[in-house]
Amino acid sequence: MPLLDMRDVRGGYGDADILQGVSITVAEKEIVVIVGPNGAGKSTAMKAVFGLLNVRGGQIVFDGEEITGWAPNRIVQRGVCYVPQVDNVFREMTVHENFEMGGFLRSGDLSAAYDRVYQLFPDLKAKRRNLAGDLSGGQRQMVAMGRALMLDPKLLLLDEPTAGLSPKYMEQIFQITRDVRDAGVSILLVEQHAKQALAFCDRGYVLATGANRHEGTGQALLADREVAEMFLGG
Amino acid sequence: MTLLDFLNFYLVPGIVLGAIYAVGAIGITLVFGILRFAHFAHGDMATLGAFIALALAASGMDPWVALPLAMAITAVIAIGVDRSFYDYLSRRPKILTVMASLGVALMLRAVVQVVWGVDPTTYVTGIVRPEEYFGILLRPRELNTLLTVVLIVVGLELFLRKSKWGKAMRAMSDNPDLARLSGVDNRKVTMLTWAIVGALCTASGFMLGINTELHSMMGWQLLLPMFAAAILGGVGRVQGAVLGGLIVGITEELSVFVVPAQYKAATAFALLLIILLVRPRGLLNGKVL
Repeated sequence: MPLLDMRDVRGGYGDADILQGVSITVAEKEIVVIVGPNGAGKSTAMKAVFGLLNVRGGQIVFDGEEITGWAPNRIVQRGVCYVPQVDNVFREMTVHENFEMGGFLRSGDLSAAYDRVYQLFPDLKAKRRNLAGDLSGGQRQMVAMGRALMLDPKLLLLDEPTAGLSPKYMEQIFQITRDVRDAGVSILLVEQHAKQALAFCDRGYVLATGANRHEGTGQALLADREVAEMFLGG
Repeated sequence: MTLLDFLNFYLVPGIVLGAIYAVGAIGITLVFGILRFAHFAHGDMATLGAFIALALAASGMDPWVALPLAMAITAVIAIGVDRSFYDYLSRRPKILTVMASLGVALMLRAVVQVVWGVDPTTYVTGIVRPEEYFGILLRPRELNTLLTVVLIVVGLELFLRKSKWGKAMRAMSDNPDLARLSGVDNRKVTMLTWAIVGALCTASGFMLGINTELHSMMGWQLLLPMFAAAILGGVGRVQGAVLGGLIVGITEELSVFVVPAQYKAATAFALLLIILLVRPRGLLNGKVL
Protein backbone atom coordinates (compact mmCIF):
# COMPACT_ATOMS: atom_id res chain seq x y z
CA MET A 1 0.00 0.00 0.00
CA PRO A 2 1.45 3.40 -0.93
CA LEU A 3 2.16 5.98 1.75
CA LEU A 4 0.14 8.59 -0.09
CA ASP A 5 -2.76 7.65 -2.33
CA MET A 6 -4.57 10.50 -4.01
CA ARG A 7 -7.46 9.21 -6.10
CA ASP A 8 -9.31 11.17 -8.76
CA VAL A 9 -9.17 14.42 -6.76
CA ARG A 10 -11.21 17.35 -8.03
CA GLY A 11 -11.36 20.81 -6.48
CA GLY A 12 -10.03 24.37 -6.41
CA TYR A 13 -9.42 27.38 -4.19
CA GLY A 14 -12.82 28.96 -4.78
CA ASP A 15 -15.82 27.63 -6.61
CA ALA A 16 -14.08 26.74 -9.87
CA ASP A 17 -12.39 23.35 -10.09
CA ILE A 18 -8.73 23.60 -11.04
CA LEU A 19 -8.11 19.88 -10.53
CA GLN A 20 -10.32 17.81 -12.81
CA GLY A 21 -9.37 14.42 -11.49
CA VAL A 22 -5.76 13.94 -10.38
CA SER A 23 -4.44 10.63 -9.09
CA ILE A 24 -0.98 10.41 -7.55
CA THR A 25 0.66 7.82 -5.33
CA VAL A 26 3.88 8.05 -3.37
CA ALA A 27 5.43 4.92 -1.89
CA GLU A 28 7.67 4.77 1.19
CA LYS A 29 11.12 6.27 0.55
CA GLU A 30 10.18 7.31 -2.96
CA ILE A 31 10.85 10.61 -4.74
CA VAL A 32 7.91 11.51 -6.95
CA VAL A 33 7.90 14.59 -9.13
CA ILE A 34 4.98 16.42 -10.71
CA VAL A 35 5.78 18.27 -13.92
CA GLY A 36 3.70 19.92 -16.60
CA PRO A 37 3.13 23.21 -18.37
CA ASN A 38 2.14 26.40 -16.59
CA GLY A 39 -1.40 26.28 -15.29
CA ALA A 40 -1.50 22.48 -15.30
CA GLY A 41 -2.40 22.44 -11.62
CA LYS A 42 0.92 21.06 -10.35
CA SER A 43 1.17 23.16 -7.21
CA THR A 44 -2.57 22.95 -6.74
CA ALA A 45 -2.41 19.15 -6.68
CA MET A 46 0.24 19.34 -4.00
CA LYS A 47 -1.73 21.84 -1.95
CA ALA A 48 -4.72 19.50 -2.10
CA VAL A 49 -2.68 16.93 -0.18
CA PHE A 50 -1.92 19.53 2.49
CA GLY A 51 -5.52 20.59 3.00
CA LEU A 52 -5.13 24.00 1.39
CA LEU A 53 -7.81 23.35 -1.23
CA ASN A 54 -11.55 22.79 -1.33
CA VAL A 55 -11.60 19.17 -2.42
CA ARG A 56 -14.95 18.34 -4.02
CA GLY A 57 -14.33 14.86 -5.30
CA GLY A 58 -12.03 11.90 -4.92
CA GLN A 59 -10.12 11.01 -1.81
CA ILE A 60 -6.69 11.40 -0.25
CA VAL A 61 -5.38 8.57 1.90
CA PHE A 62 -2.17 8.99 3.88
CA ASP A 63 -0.53 6.16 5.75
CA GLY A 64 -3.73 4.13 5.83
CA GLU A 65 -5.97 6.98 6.99
CA GLU A 66 -8.21 9.18 4.89
CA ILE A 67 -7.15 12.83 5.31
CA THR A 68 -9.47 14.41 2.72
CA GLY A 69 -10.74 17.73 4.07
CA TRP A 70 -8.46 17.81 7.12
CA ALA A 71 -7.09 21.17 8.27
CA PRO A 72 -3.37 21.71 7.57
CA ASN A 73 -2.32 21.71 11.24
CA ARG A 74 -3.89 18.29 11.71
CA ILE A 75 -2.15 17.01 8.59
CA VAL A 76 1.16 18.36 9.91
CA GLN A 77 0.73 16.41 13.11
CA ARG A 78 -0.07 13.29 11.09
CA GLY A 79 3.38 13.50 9.48
CA VAL A 80 3.17 15.57 6.32
CA CYS A 81 5.23 18.76 6.02
CA TYR A 82 4.96 21.33 3.28
CA VAL A 83 7.57 23.76 2.00
CA PRO A 84 5.92 26.62 0.08
CA GLN A 85 7.62 27.99 -3.01
CA VAL A 86 7.97 31.56 -1.76
CA ASP A 87 8.15 33.14 1.69
CA ASN A 88 9.20 29.80 3.09
CA VAL A 89 11.54 31.03 5.84
CA PHE A 90 11.24 33.43 8.76
CA ARG A 91 13.49 36.12 7.29
CA GLU A 92 14.07 38.05 10.48
CA MET A 93 14.88 35.03 12.57
CA THR A 94 18.20 33.19 12.64
CA VAL A 95 18.74 29.89 10.84
CA HIS A 96 18.61 28.07 14.13
CA GLU A 97 15.46 29.88 15.22
CA ASN A 98 13.85 28.82 11.95
CA PHE A 99 14.58 25.23 12.88
CA GLU A 100 13.25 25.83 16.38
CA MET A 101 10.00 27.10 14.87
CA GLY A 102 9.92 23.99 12.70
CA GLY A 103 9.99 21.92 15.87
CA PHE A 104 7.42 24.13 17.60
CA LEU A 105 4.89 21.32 17.96
CA ARG A 106 7.43 18.89 19.38
CA SER A 107 8.19 18.74 23.04
CA GLY A 108 11.15 17.21 24.80
CA ASP A 109 14.73 17.01 23.65
CA LEU A 110 15.14 18.12 20.05
CA SER A 111 18.93 17.78 19.87
CA ALA A 112 18.71 14.67 17.68
CA ALA A 113 16.48 16.56 15.24
CA TYR A 114 18.92 19.51 15.12
CA ASP A 115 21.83 17.14 14.58
CA ARG A 116 20.03 15.50 11.69
CA VAL A 117 19.19 18.81 10.03
CA TYR A 118 22.73 20.16 10.39
CA GLN A 119 24.07 16.86 9.06
CA LEU A 120 21.90 17.20 5.97
CA PHE A 121 22.81 20.86 5.54
CA PRO A 122 26.40 21.20 6.79
CA ASP A 123 26.71 24.63 5.12
CA LEU A 124 24.12 25.98 7.53
CA LYS A 125 26.00 24.98 10.65
CA ALA A 126 28.39 27.91 10.35
CA LYS A 127 25.48 30.22 9.56
CA ARG A 128 23.20 29.15 12.36
CA ARG A 129 23.25 32.61 13.94
CA ASN A 130 22.71 34.47 10.66
CA LEU A 131 19.30 35.82 9.76
CA ALA A 132 17.60 33.57 7.22
CA GLY A 133 16.68 36.61 5.12
CA ASP A 134 20.38 37.42 4.63
CA LEU A 135 21.23 34.03 3.07
CA SER A 136 21.49 33.23 -0.62
CA GLY A 137 18.47 31.74 -2.39
CA GLY A 138 19.87 28.22 -2.30
CA GLN A 139 20.70 28.38 1.38
CA ARG A 140 17.28 29.85 2.15
CA GLN A 141 15.75 26.84 0.41
CA MET A 142 17.83 24.58 2.65
CA VAL A 143 16.58 26.45 5.72
CA ALA A 144 13.03 26.00 4.48
CA MET A 145 13.56 22.24 4.02
CA GLY A 146 15.30 21.98 7.36
CA ARG A 147 12.42 23.75 9.09
CA ALA A 148 9.97 21.26 7.60
CA LEU A 149 12.17 18.28 8.56
CA MET A 150 12.22 19.29 12.22
CA LEU A 151 8.84 17.67 12.72
CA ASP A 152 10.27 14.38 11.47
CA PRO A 153 7.65 13.97 8.73
CA LYS A 154 6.98 10.79 6.78
CA LEU A 155 6.18 12.78 3.67
CA LEU A 156 7.75 16.04 2.57
CA LEU A 157 5.98 18.23 0.01
CA LEU A 158 8.29 20.59 -1.89
CA ASP A 159 6.79 23.27 -4.11
CA GLU A 160 9.33 24.18 -6.82
CA PRO A 161 12.36 24.01 -4.55
CA THR A 162 14.75 25.02 -7.34
CA ALA A 163 12.80 28.01 -8.69
CA GLY A 164 15.17 30.88 -9.32
CA LEU A 165 18.28 28.96 -8.30
CA SER A 166 21.52 28.67 -10.27
CA PRO A 167 22.25 25.24 -11.86
CA LYS A 168 24.88 24.61 -9.18
CA TYR A 169 22.35 25.10 -6.36
CA MET A 170 19.72 23.14 -8.28
CA GLU A 171 22.04 20.11 -8.34
CA GLN A 172 22.73 20.61 -4.65
CA ILE A 173 19.03 20.77 -3.76
CA PHE A 174 18.38 17.60 -5.77
CA GLN A 175 21.26 15.88 -4.00
CA ILE A 176 19.92 16.96 -0.61
CA THR A 177 16.48 15.72 -1.59
CA ARG A 178 18.04 12.31 -2.25
CA ASP A 179 19.80 12.44 1.11
CA VAL A 180 16.53 13.27 2.83
CA ARG A 181 14.89 10.33 1.10
CA ASP A 182 17.76 8.08 2.17
CA ALA A 183 17.07 9.22 5.72
CA GLY A 184 13.63 7.61 5.36
CA VAL A 185 11.38 10.44 4.18
CA SER A 186 9.14 10.15 1.12
CA ILE A 187 9.12 13.19 -1.13
CA LEU A 188 6.58 14.67 -3.49
CA LEU A 189 7.80 17.69 -5.38
CA VAL A 190 6.59 20.03 -8.07
CA GLU A 191 9.22 21.09 -10.58
CA GLN A 192 9.51 23.67 -13.31
CA HIS A 193 12.85 22.20 -14.47
CA ALA A 194 11.15 19.10 -15.87
CA LYS A 195 14.14 17.46 -17.57
CA GLN A 196 16.48 17.63 -14.61
CA ALA A 197 13.74 16.66 -12.20
CA LEU A 198 12.65 13.61 -14.19
CA ALA A 199 16.26 12.51 -14.46
CA PHE A 200 16.68 12.44 -10.69
CA CYS A 201 13.28 11.25 -9.43
CA ASP A 202 12.01 7.71 -8.97
CA ARG A 203 8.68 8.29 -10.65
CA GLY A 204 6.99 11.21 -12.29
CA TYR A 205 3.57 12.49 -13.23
CA VAL A 206 2.86 14.80 -16.11
CA LEU A 207 -0.23 16.92 -15.50
CA ALA A 208 -2.04 19.04 -18.04
CA THR A 209 -5.14 21.18 -17.55
CA GLY A 210 -5.77 19.80 -14.11
CA ALA A 211 -5.63 16.11 -14.94
CA ASN A 212 -3.14 13.23 -15.26
CA ARG A 213 -1.59 13.04 -18.71
CA HIS A 214 1.35 10.66 -18.35
CA GLU A 215 3.01 8.75 -15.58
CA GLY A 216 5.91 6.40 -15.20
CA THR A 217 9.48 6.21 -14.04
CA GLY A 218 11.51 9.33 -14.64
CA GLN A 219 13.61 7.60 -17.31
CA ALA A 220 10.56 6.28 -19.15
CA LEU A 221 8.94 9.72 -19.21
CA LEU A 222 12.17 11.30 -20.48
CA ALA A 223 12.27 8.73 -23.25
CA ASP A 224 8.61 9.25 -24.19
CA ARG A 225 8.46 11.23 -27.44
CA GLU A 226 5.07 12.75 -26.71
CA VAL A 227 6.15 13.97 -23.28
CA ALA A 228 9.33 15.35 -24.74
CA GLU A 229 7.49 17.27 -27.43
CA MET A 230 4.70 18.53 -25.23
CA PHE A 231 6.47 19.65 -22.12
CA LEU A 232 10.18 19.40 -22.39
CA GLY A 233 10.77 21.45 -25.45
CA GLY A 234 12.12 18.56 -27.57
CA MET B 1 23.16 78.28 31.04
CA THR B 2 25.67 75.75 32.26
CA LEU B 3 25.93 72.22 30.96
CA LEU B 4 24.49 70.91 34.23
CA ASP B 5 21.50 73.21 33.92
CA PHE B 6 20.94 71.94 30.40
CA LEU B 7 21.15 68.34 31.61
CA ASN B 8 18.91 68.88 34.65
CA PHE B 9 16.23 71.06 33.15
CA TYR B 10 16.02 69.78 29.58
CA LEU B 11 17.81 66.52 28.87
CA VAL B 12 16.84 64.54 31.98
CA PRO B 13 13.13 65.44 31.77
CA GLY B 14 13.32 64.63 28.05
CA ILE B 15 14.79 61.20 28.75
CA VAL B 16 12.17 60.48 31.43
CA LEU B 17 9.34 61.54 29.13
CA GLY B 18 10.93 59.64 26.24
CA ALA B 19 11.22 56.48 28.32
CA ILE B 20 7.48 56.70 29.06
CA TYR B 21 6.71 57.21 25.36
CA ALA B 22 8.98 54.27 24.57
CA VAL B 23 6.97 51.86 26.70
CA GLY B 24 3.77 52.96 24.99
CA ALA B 25 5.36 52.82 21.54
CA ILE B 26 6.53 49.24 22.12
CA GLY B 27 2.89 48.24 22.60
CA ILE B 28 1.84 50.03 19.42
CA THR B 29 4.62 48.36 17.49
CA LEU B 30 3.70 44.90 18.86
CA VAL B 31 0.04 45.31 17.85
CA PHE B 32 1.04 46.52 14.42
CA GLY B 33 3.72 43.89 13.86
CA ILE B 34 1.71 40.89 15.02
CA LEU B 35 -1.96 41.81 14.62
CA ARG B 36 -1.33 44.25 11.77
CA PHE B 37 -3.45 47.23 12.66
CA ALA B 38 -2.97 50.67 14.20
CA HIS B 39 -4.44 50.52 17.70
CA PHE B 40 -6.08 53.85 18.50
CA ALA B 41 -7.35 52.71 21.91
CA HIS B 42 -3.76 52.44 23.08
CA GLY B 43 -3.71 55.78 24.90
CA ASP B 44 -7.03 55.30 26.65
CA MET B 45 -6.02 51.81 27.68
CA ALA B 46 -3.02 53.51 29.31
CA THR B 47 -5.41 55.89 31.11
CA LEU B 48 -7.49 53.00 32.38
CA GLY B 49 -4.41 51.15 33.60
CA ALA B 50 -3.15 54.28 35.36
CA PHE B 51 -6.48 54.72 37.17
CA ILE B 52 -6.60 51.05 38.16
CA ALA B 53 -3.19 51.60 39.75
CA LEU B 54 -4.68 54.67 41.47
CA ALA B 55 -7.52 52.58 42.89
CA LEU B 56 -5.01 50.07 44.25
CA ALA B 57 -2.80 52.83 45.65
CA ALA B 58 -5.83 54.43 47.31
CA SER B 59 -6.26 51.25 49.35
CA GLY B 60 -2.95 52.05 51.02
CA MET B 61 -0.49 50.35 48.70
CA ASP B 62 2.70 52.06 47.58
CA PRO B 63 2.03 53.15 43.96
CA TRP B 64 5.13 51.30 42.69
CA VAL B 65 3.87 48.11 44.33
CA ALA B 66 0.43 48.70 42.84
CA LEU B 67 1.93 49.01 39.35
CA PRO B 68 2.63 45.31 38.64
CA LEU B 69 -0.82 44.40 39.98
CA ALA B 70 -2.49 47.03 37.81
CA MET B 71 -0.47 45.74 34.83
CA ALA B 72 -1.80 42.23 35.41
CA ILE B 73 -5.41 43.45 35.76
CA THR B 74 -5.19 45.57 32.60
CA ALA B 75 -3.63 42.62 30.76
CA VAL B 76 -6.80 40.65 31.44
CA ILE B 77 -8.96 43.61 30.40
CA ALA B 78 -6.99 43.94 27.15
CA ILE B 79 -7.63 40.27 26.34
CA GLY B 80 -11.32 40.89 27.11
CA VAL B 81 -11.43 43.91 24.80
CA ASP B 82 -9.90 41.81 22.01
CA ARG B 83 -12.40 39.01 22.55
CA SER B 84 -15.36 41.40 22.74
CA PHE B 85 -14.51 43.66 19.79
CA TYR B 86 -11.43 43.05 17.63
CA ASP B 87 -11.75 39.28 17.39
CA TYR B 88 -15.08 39.56 15.56
CA LEU B 89 -13.49 41.74 12.91
CA SER B 90 -10.30 39.73 12.45
CA ARG B 91 -11.38 38.27 9.11
CA ARG B 92 -12.63 41.59 7.73
CA PRO B 93 -10.46 44.36 6.24
CA LYS B 94 -8.12 45.75 8.88
CA ILE B 95 -9.47 49.29 8.53
CA LEU B 96 -12.62 48.11 10.34
CA THR B 97 -10.56 47.04 13.35
CA VAL B 98 -8.74 50.37 13.30
CA MET B 99 -12.08 52.21 13.39
CA ALA B 100 -13.38 49.87 16.09
CA SER B 101 -10.31 50.66 18.19
CA LEU B 102 -11.28 54.33 18.01
CA GLY B 103 -14.67 53.37 19.42
CA VAL B 104 -13.03 51.27 22.12
CA ALA B 105 -10.89 54.31 22.99
CA LEU B 106 -14.02 56.40 23.61
CA MET B 107 -15.59 53.60 25.66
CA LEU B 108 -12.55 53.12 27.88
CA ARG B 109 -12.33 56.86 28.45
CA ALA B 110 -16.02 57.02 29.34
CA VAL B 111 -15.51 54.23 31.89
CA VAL B 112 -12.64 56.18 33.48
CA GLN B 113 -14.73 59.37 33.57
CA VAL B 114 -17.76 57.64 35.08
CA VAL B 115 -15.76 55.81 37.75
CA TRP B 116 -13.06 58.35 38.63
CA GLY B 117 -14.48 61.63 37.35
CA VAL B 118 -12.93 64.24 35.10
CA ASP B 119 -10.80 66.17 37.59
CA PRO B 120 -7.02 65.79 37.59
CA THR B 121 -5.61 63.82 40.49
CA THR B 122 -2.28 62.42 41.68
CA TYR B 123 -0.90 59.21 43.19
CA VAL B 124 0.96 60.99 45.99
CA THR B 125 0.70 64.52 47.30
CA GLY B 126 3.43 66.78 48.54
CA ILE B 127 6.67 68.07 47.08
CA VAL B 128 9.55 65.67 46.63
CA ARG B 129 13.06 67.05 46.66
CA PRO B 130 15.40 65.65 44.03
CA GLU B 131 18.55 63.82 45.03
CA GLU B 132 21.85 64.77 43.51
CA TYR B 133 23.92 62.18 41.63
CA PHE B 134 27.24 63.72 40.44
CA GLY B 135 25.48 67.01 39.85
CA ILE B 136 22.48 65.43 38.10
CA LEU B 137 19.23 66.06 39.97
CA LEU B 138 16.83 63.12 39.97
CA ARG B 139 13.65 62.66 41.98
CA PRO B 140 13.07 59.13 43.28
CA ARG B 141 10.06 58.77 40.97
CA GLU B 142 12.19 59.70 37.97
CA LEU B 143 14.85 57.21 38.94
CA ASN B 144 12.15 54.55 39.46
CA THR B 145 10.67 55.37 36.05
CA LEU B 146 13.98 54.94 34.28
CA LEU B 147 14.73 51.70 36.13
CA THR B 148 11.24 50.34 35.40
CA VAL B 149 11.58 51.12 31.70
CA VAL B 150 14.98 49.42 31.54
CA LEU B 151 13.53 46.41 33.34
CA ILE B 152 10.55 46.24 30.97
CA VAL B 153 12.62 46.61 27.81
CA VAL B 154 15.26 44.07 28.86
CA GLY B 155 12.61 41.65 30.12
CA LEU B 156 10.58 41.90 26.92
CA GLU B 157 13.65 41.52 24.70
CA LEU B 158 14.71 38.41 26.63
CA PHE B 159 11.19 37.01 26.36
CA LEU B 160 11.02 37.64 22.60
CA ARG B 161 14.53 36.29 21.92
CA LYS B 162 14.74 33.34 24.27
CA SER B 163 11.35 31.91 25.14
CA LYS B 164 9.32 29.54 22.99
CA TRP B 165 6.23 31.77 22.92
CA GLY B 166 8.29 34.91 22.44
CA LYS B 167 9.75 33.32 19.33
CA ALA B 168 6.25 32.32 18.24
CA MET B 169 5.25 35.98 18.48
CA ARG B 170 8.20 37.00 16.33
CA ALA B 171 7.42 34.22 13.87
CA MET B 172 3.80 35.38 13.61
CA SER B 173 5.01 38.92 12.96
CA ASP B 174 7.61 37.74 10.42
CA ASN B 175 5.56 35.32 8.33
CA PRO B 176 2.05 34.49 9.62
CA ASP B 177 1.32 31.81 7.01
CA LEU B 178 4.50 29.92 7.74
CA ALA B 179 3.94 30.28 11.48
CA ARG B 180 0.57 28.58 11.07
CA LEU B 181 2.15 25.86 8.90
CA SER B 182 4.60 25.31 11.76
CA GLY B 183 1.71 24.74 14.14
CA VAL B 184 1.73 28.08 15.99
CA ASP B 185 -1.73 28.73 17.42
CA ASN B 186 -2.82 32.15 16.21
CA ARG B 187 -5.32 32.61 19.05
CA LYS B 188 -2.75 31.98 21.75
CA VAL B 189 -0.29 34.41 20.19
CA THR B 190 -3.04 37.02 19.92
CA MET B 191 -3.99 36.57 23.57
CA LEU B 192 -0.39 36.77 24.69
CA THR B 193 0.15 39.91 22.63
CA TRP B 194 -2.84 41.63 24.22
CA ALA B 195 -1.74 40.65 27.69
CA ILE B 196 1.67 42.22 27.08
CA VAL B 197 0.15 45.29 25.40
CA GLY B 198 -2.28 45.84 28.29
CA ALA B 199 0.57 45.64 30.78
CA LEU B 200 2.75 48.02 28.74
CA CYS B 201 -0.12 50.51 28.42
CA THR B 202 -0.56 50.50 32.18
CA ALA B 203 3.14 51.07 32.77
CA SER B 204 3.25 54.06 30.42
CA GLY B 205 0.05 55.62 31.81
CA PHE B 206 1.17 55.05 35.39
CA MET B 207 4.61 56.55 34.87
CA LEU B 208 3.19 59.59 33.11
CA GLY B 209 0.70 59.95 35.99
CA ILE B 210 3.30 59.69 38.70
CA ASN B 211 5.64 62.17 37.01
CA THR B 212 2.88 64.67 36.21
CA GLU B 213 -0.77 64.08 37.10
CA LEU B 214 -3.63 61.77 36.19
CA HIS B 215 -6.63 62.89 34.19
CA SER B 216 -9.08 61.19 31.91
CA MET B 217 -7.60 62.67 28.72
CA MET B 218 -3.98 61.83 29.52
CA GLY B 219 -3.88 58.74 27.34
CA TRP B 220 -5.45 60.40 24.38
CA GLN B 221 -2.72 63.04 24.57
CA LEU B 222 -0.12 60.26 24.72
CA LEU B 223 -1.36 58.71 21.48
CA LEU B 224 0.30 61.07 19.02
CA PRO B 225 3.81 61.04 20.55
CA MET B 226 3.59 57.26 21.00
CA PHE B 227 2.66 56.70 17.36
CA ALA B 228 5.34 59.18 16.28
CA ALA B 229 7.87 57.20 18.34
CA ALA B 230 6.78 53.84 16.90
CA ILE B 231 6.91 55.10 13.32
CA LEU B 232 10.17 56.99 13.85
CA GLY B 233 11.88 53.86 15.12
CA GLY B 234 10.40 51.62 12.41
CA VAL B 235 7.05 49.94 12.96
CA GLY B 236 7.35 46.38 14.22
CA ARG B 237 10.71 46.92 15.91
CA VAL B 238 10.97 46.92 19.70
CA GLN B 239 14.39 48.59 19.77
CA GLY B 240 13.09 51.09 17.24
CA ALA B 241 10.20 52.01 19.52
CA VAL B 242 12.64 52.63 22.38
CA LEU B 243 14.90 54.77 20.22
CA GLY B 244 11.90 56.61 18.75
CA GLY B 245 10.40 57.22 22.20
CA LEU B 246 13.61 58.75 23.50
CA ILE B 247 14.03 60.94 20.44
CA VAL B 248 10.43 62.23 20.62
CA GLY B 249 10.65 62.87 24.37
CA ILE B 250 13.96 64.69 24.18
CA THR B 251 12.87 66.68 21.11
CA GLU B 252 9.70 67.80 22.91
CA GLU B 253 11.69 69.06 25.89
CA LEU B 254 14.30 70.77 23.73
CA SER B 255 11.72 72.35 21.44
CA VAL B 256 11.26 75.20 23.94
CA PHE B 257 14.54 76.63 22.66
CA VAL B 258 12.95 77.11 19.27
CA VAL B 259 9.19 77.49 19.74
CA PRO B 260 7.03 78.70 22.66
CA ALA B 261 6.35 76.06 25.32
CA GLN B 262 2.65 75.80 24.34
CA TYR B 263 3.80 74.16 21.11
CA LYS B 264 5.64 71.31 22.88
CA ALA B 265 2.90 68.86 21.98
CA ALA B 266 3.02 69.90 18.33
CA THR B 267 6.67 68.83 18.15
CA ALA B 268 5.75 65.16 18.01
CA PHE B 269 3.38 65.91 15.17
CA ALA B 270 6.04 67.83 13.26
CA LEU B 271 8.49 65.00 13.86
CA LEU B 272 5.95 62.46 12.58
CA LEU B 273 5.44 64.48 9.38
CA ILE B 274 9.15 64.75 8.79
CA ILE B 275 9.73 60.99 9.26
CA LEU B 276 6.91 60.10 6.92
CA LEU B 277 8.37 62.40 4.29
CA VAL B 278 12.04 61.51 4.66
CA ARG B 279 12.19 57.94 5.91
CA PRO B 280 8.74 56.30 6.05
CA ARG B 281 10.20 52.94 7.08
CA GLY B 282 11.69 54.49 10.20
CA LEU B 283 15.24 54.51 11.52
CA LEU B 284 15.45 50.73 11.93
CA ASN B 285 13.66 49.80 8.69
CA GLY B 286 10.27 48.72 9.95
CA LYS B 287 7.54 47.02 7.99
CA VAL B 288 5.96 49.22 5.35
CA LEU B 289 2.78 50.85 6.62
